[in-house]
This record gives sequence, C-alpha cells and structure tokens, in this order.
Amino acid sequence: MTGAVTAAVDGIEPDPAGPDAALPDDFGHFGRYGGRFVPEALVPALDQLAEVFQTARRDPAFLAELDHLRRTYAGRPTALTDARRLTAETGGARLLLKREDLNHTGSHKINNVLGQALLAVRMGKQRVIAETGAGQHGVATATACALMGLDCVVYMGEEDTQRQALNVARMDLLGAEVIPVRTGSRTLKDAINEALRDWVANVDDTHYLLGTAAGPHPFPLMVREFQRIVGVEARQQVLDLTGRLPDAVCACVGGGSNAIGIFHPFVPDAGVRLYGYEAGGDGVSTGRHASSISGGAPGVLHGTRSYLLQDEDGQTVASHSISAGLDYPGVGPEHAYLHDTGRATYEPVTDAEAMTAFRALARTEGIVPAIESAHAIAGAQRLARELGPDATILINLSGRGDKDVATAIAYFDLDTGA
Amino acid sequence: MPDVVPAAGNVAPAFERARSEGRSALVGYLPAGFPTADGAVDAIHAMIDAGVDVVEVGLPYSDPVMDGPTVQRAAEIALDRGTKTRDVLATVAAVAGRSVPVLVMTYWNPVERYGVERFARDLADAGGAGLITPDLPPDDAGDWLAASDQHGLDRVFLVSPSSTDARIDIVAAACRGFLYATAVMGVTGARGAPSAAAPVLVQRVRARTDLPVAVGLGVSDGAQAATVAGFADAVIVGSALVRRLLDADTVASGVAAVGRLADELAAGVRSAGEGSADRSGTPPARSAVVQA
Ligand SMILES: Cc1ncc(COP(=O)(O)O)c(C=O)c1O
Repeated sequence: MTGAVTAAVDGIEPDPAGPDAALPDDFGHFGRYGGRFVPEALVPALDQLAEVFQTARRDPAFLAELDHLRRTYAGRPTALTDARRLTAETGGARLLLKREDLNHTGSHKINNVLGQALLAVRMGKQRVIAETGAGQHGVATATACALMGLDCVVYMGEEDTQRQALNVARMDLLGAEVIPVRTGSRTLKDAINEALRDWVANVDDTHYLLGTAAGPHPFPLMVREFQRIVGVEARQQVLDLTGRLPDAVCACVGGGSNAIGIFHPFVPDAGVRLYGYEAGGDGVSTGRHASSISGGAPGVLHGTRSYLLQDEDGQTVASHSISAGLDYPGVGPEHAYLHDTGRATYEPVTDAEAMTAFRALARTEGIVPAIESAHAIAGAQRLARELGPDATILINLSGRGDKDVATAIAYFDLDTGA
Repeated sequence: MPDVVPAAGNVAPAFERARSEGRSALVGYLPAGFPTADGAVDAIHAMIDAGVDVVEVGLPYSDPVMDGPTVQRAAEIALDRGTKTRDVLATVAAVAGRSVPVLVMTYWNPVERYGVERFARDLADAGGAGLITPDLPPDDAGDWLAASDQHGLDRVFLVSPSSTDARIDIVAAACRGFLYATAVMGVTGARGAPSAAAPVLVQRVRARTDLPVAVGLGVSDGAQAATVAGFADAVIVGSALVRRLLDADTVASGVAAVGRLADELAAGVRSAGEGSADRSGTPPARSAVVQA
C-alpha cells in the first residue's frame, strides 16, 4: 500500500485545490440542484451539523479518531481485486473490483455512519435515527450506535422489512429499535418521511443519520466526504496495479453515496469516464423502475432539488426495483449536476440484467455481491464489451449479498420454473 | 399589470377587522379534494359561515413530512380520488370572493412542477391571496419571491421554537401578510394542551418584527383557541377540522360537524379578547396593518 492509501483520513480533509473546493456552495447548491427544502424547525439543526462537520474535518483529533475506527474496526483500506475470470467471461475491458463488501457490516455504508456517529457524539446528541431500505444502512447505524453507546431507532418500510428480514434481525440483535413504516409505498421513501417527522419533533437530542448523499444541505456534502475514502484508496490502488488511471469508474446509484464516494476523486481526471447505474426494474419504458435520472425530471423531494420520479403534478411516483437499496424515487443532487454537465453518464440496469451479473460474479470470482452492487457489475460488463480489452474499468462493489440470498433463491427458482 | 398588493398583504383587511373587534383572527385549514372535490368546497364555506377570518386550502401531496396522521390520511384520500393541482386552484376559485382571504398551503414540489410563475398567475386569477410554504425556507425561495411580487400574492413562511433570532429575521424579512409560528416541535395534529413554547416564541418574534403572528399546530377546540388567542394575532386550526370530516359517515354530516367546530373556535377567539390576554400579562393584540 502506498502513502495515499495508508493515510485513510484523506477522504475528508478539505482540499482547496480539489474538486470539492467550489461545490457545493455555502448553501449546499450544486449548480441549480441541492439546497435546503425543509421545515424551518430543522434549519438550526442543519446549520449546527454543517458547522460541527466543517470544524471536525479540520480537527486532527477527529481525523485521528475516524482513521483509527476505519482501520481497527471497519477494516479499511479495503482490497482491490483483479477480477480475471469475470473479465474473461465478459470479454472486453479488464475489470477491477473495489471491495467495499469486505467492510464490517458488509457494505460501504459504514464509512458514512462512523463519521456521522462521531459527529453525533460531538454534538452531545444521545439519540440517533436512521432510514433504511436494504437494511445495510440500518445495520451499519445500529452497529455504530452500539459501539458508541447511542440510542438507535431505524425506520424501515414494511415491504422492505419483509424482503430484508435478515437485516431486521441483525438490527434487533444490535440493540436498535426497528419501526416498520406502513404509509405510502411502504419502502425507503416513506421511511425517510417518517424519520424526518421524528426529527422535527425530537431535534434537540436527536441526530438524523441519513444514509446517502441526498437530503438537505449539509448531507450531500458530508456523506460524500465520508465516502470519498473509497475513491481515494481505489485511485491509488489502480495506479499501483496498472501504472495508470482506469478508463472508466462504475457504481450503482440509489441515493448515490457509494457512487459519489468512488467518483469524486476522479472528477478532475478528464480521461476517466464516470458511469452510474440506476435500477431499471422491469425497464424504464414500463414505468416500473427506480431510474431517477434516466426516467425522471428535476424537482424537490426530501429536502433537496434533484432528479426524481414524479407525475405531471409533482406528486412522487413509486419506484420499483428488485433491490431494496436502490428502490428510491430520488437521487443525490451532485449526481444531477454531474449528469447535466455531462461529466458522468447515468444508465438504467434492469432487474434481469442485475440478477444475471449477480450469479456471474458468484460463479467466476467466488463473490456474492449485494443485488445493488450487481447493477454496477452488469453495467460495467456492458461497458467492457464496448471499450474492448485495452481498457480498464474500476467497479465499486458496494456490498455483499448475504442479505439477498432469499431474494436470489426466489428469483432463480421463478426464472428456471423449478 | 401586477395587482396592487397592500404593503401589509392581501390578508391585512381580515386581520384589521379582527383587531378592530378587539380579538385575534381565526385561520381554518382544509385540504382540497377531501372528502370529495365538492365536499371540500362545502366544508370551507361552512367554516366561513361560522366566522373563520382566513382560509387555508391544502394542496394534497404524496410526501407531507410536516403532517401527522390526520392530514396525511386526508391527502391520501384526495390523491386517490385523482385530485390535481388544477383542482386545487378550482377549489380556491369556488371559495374566494367572500371577503375572507384564501391562501394555499402547499409543499414546494407541486408548485415547482406546475411552474412557479404560472402557479402564481393562476392562483391570483383564481382569487387566491397567497401561499403558505412549510418546506420552503426563504433561502431557496428566490423564484417565489419574484413571482409573488409580480402577481401581488402574500407569502407566509414559518418559524419554530428552535429558530434562532437570526432565522426569525430572515423569515420575517421574506414574509408578506403574516408570519406562521409553529407552536410545537413536531408535525401537525390535534394535541391535548397548547404548548408552553408558543407564547415564548410569539414574544420573540414580536420583538423583531411588526408582522402579525399566527400560531398553529395542535389547537383542537374553543378553549384552546381562546388560550392561543390570548397571546397571538391569529389562531390556526387544521387537523381538528380535518378530523371531523374523516370521522363523519357522510359528506353532509362531516360538513355540518366542521361548521359546528368552526362555530366553537370562532367563539373561542372572541371570548379571549379582553380576558385571557390581560390575565396572562402578554402584550395585547396589536395593529395587524403595520407596514403601511
Ligand atoms: C450494498 C449497497 N449498495 C448500494 C446501495 C445504494 O445506496 P447508495 O446509492 O447511497 O450507495 C445500498 C443501499 O442500501 C447498499 O446496501
């Protein structure tokens, strides 16, 4: 490992020359996106959070504590795996996997959670609430709260508690209270609504530990900074392995945290193409999907302006994906900005494509990915054939698939008619 | 072409009338399209008949994060019935013009989707007085500030017990008509007792602006309305009215129940005039028309 990788705190120190120097502005705007569309009751808490975050990221004691947790608790730095058999089976560019599945609790979500939980402690907030879709963010939050002695409440759509029952049990074991949400579509969107309602009522002693790079300022900035470590490590690891930068970086996009984390350090590298894969569900043309950028339009949801799935009256339209973690009708505002500027490309990957990639990765590399991450694999395979064997593609393998085994059994049984 | 906006807003005459009667104003909220499009219009007329001074028409929205279960349920029913933004504007048109100003209370995305300027124009054409925007802090409201100026509409932003003095100044500077003080930290819904935070918040706001201060969240009966009227320029009631429609067997009986509750609330704000304001030692109701 080189110096850049061993200095794991690189992910959040402000870099005046870096790509984050200008965006977002002080009010959380990425061009026309981002901002703060929240009840006034939350504005003081968001101001406080922004201030505490800006102080902490310049405080050597905070950085040392975060670095220590990343190394001795989360398991960072995570490996880069040269996926030779997947590359051979795909036929085309060389595929490299950034192994966020190897993190404690099984996904990149812990990167953000450790940072925000430390901030909650700094703010003297004893109670932490979170939303979760796949349950990965809920499990990561419950884990950090157990570690730091904080009270934890996780809101989860009732439909998701059923498809991700294993993670509900894990949160329970970790001492968190899981509240099934029975309003609206009973998925992640509604879990966020309930978490926001809780926060408005309890903001004095409660931190809302939002799990993705969306929501009101400062969340998109803060979550990006806590996830940037993924890209910082991976960029150096690819250089070490191949002697040059990758031709493309691929990630799945739900709210956008694992994608912005791996993209961000590459944004100034003009030769590196950035690809975000949204959940295409049954296909964008069917209307049953979760592709906010490919199949949505700009608007305001959950405190931020970005692309979202909405009808002609601005009512949110329910999303559909086999992957609970991507089943969200919005996306973080920085992705909207990267899309509009053309710096990053966003494409849908259907349920069927993702499940094919899910099984392919298991059988070629011995890695069962999260179904979310399988969307990135499928997208990267498509791209690999396009770019050809001289190219190198870096893929964010954002999580592992233990939680998805039940879904996979049902899916493949259906598929084969067994 | 812009209408002439009174400096103190379209709602100023209603506040002035209440003040001249030595009492606080009563503001009643009901969503459009609930329990039916016509039922909502009838219910709003019933509360105007009962003596409500200002009407808030709610625009039903799929993700109402400031609302408790009662208003959420009403919005769900209205949306399931196919209520569209243009139906909300039609509701405004059907109840405006009775010397009771009609504002729309809406989450921001439906307005942005409709087009901010177009919404302002159509709302003004429907006879609407302005907008209350619970999830739009003034900081991100540039388009709406411009459109409301152009079309002569009031704009009501919110403060809460957690607001700093600096935030109160920002909100007050952006408001026209009145300022909405949320009495409790939390979502809408009837509560057992008015919160102790409300009078403190009203005092803090009054120290910083001459705008009338309306207090909402949690008022459910005449006695509570009287208490709040003792320290605020206006009392806002929503969930308790919606609850009457939700609990009714028929639209007609729900409308009648709304009328009865509005009667009780109107009597409440009238009973507070001399009594509770003086007893509690809080400042007496002041002129609502302050920016002339
Ligand atoms: C493994 C994994 N990857 C990706 C996501 C999607 O979230 P984001 O887009 O914020 O990375 C989730 C969400 O639950 C997840 O669990």
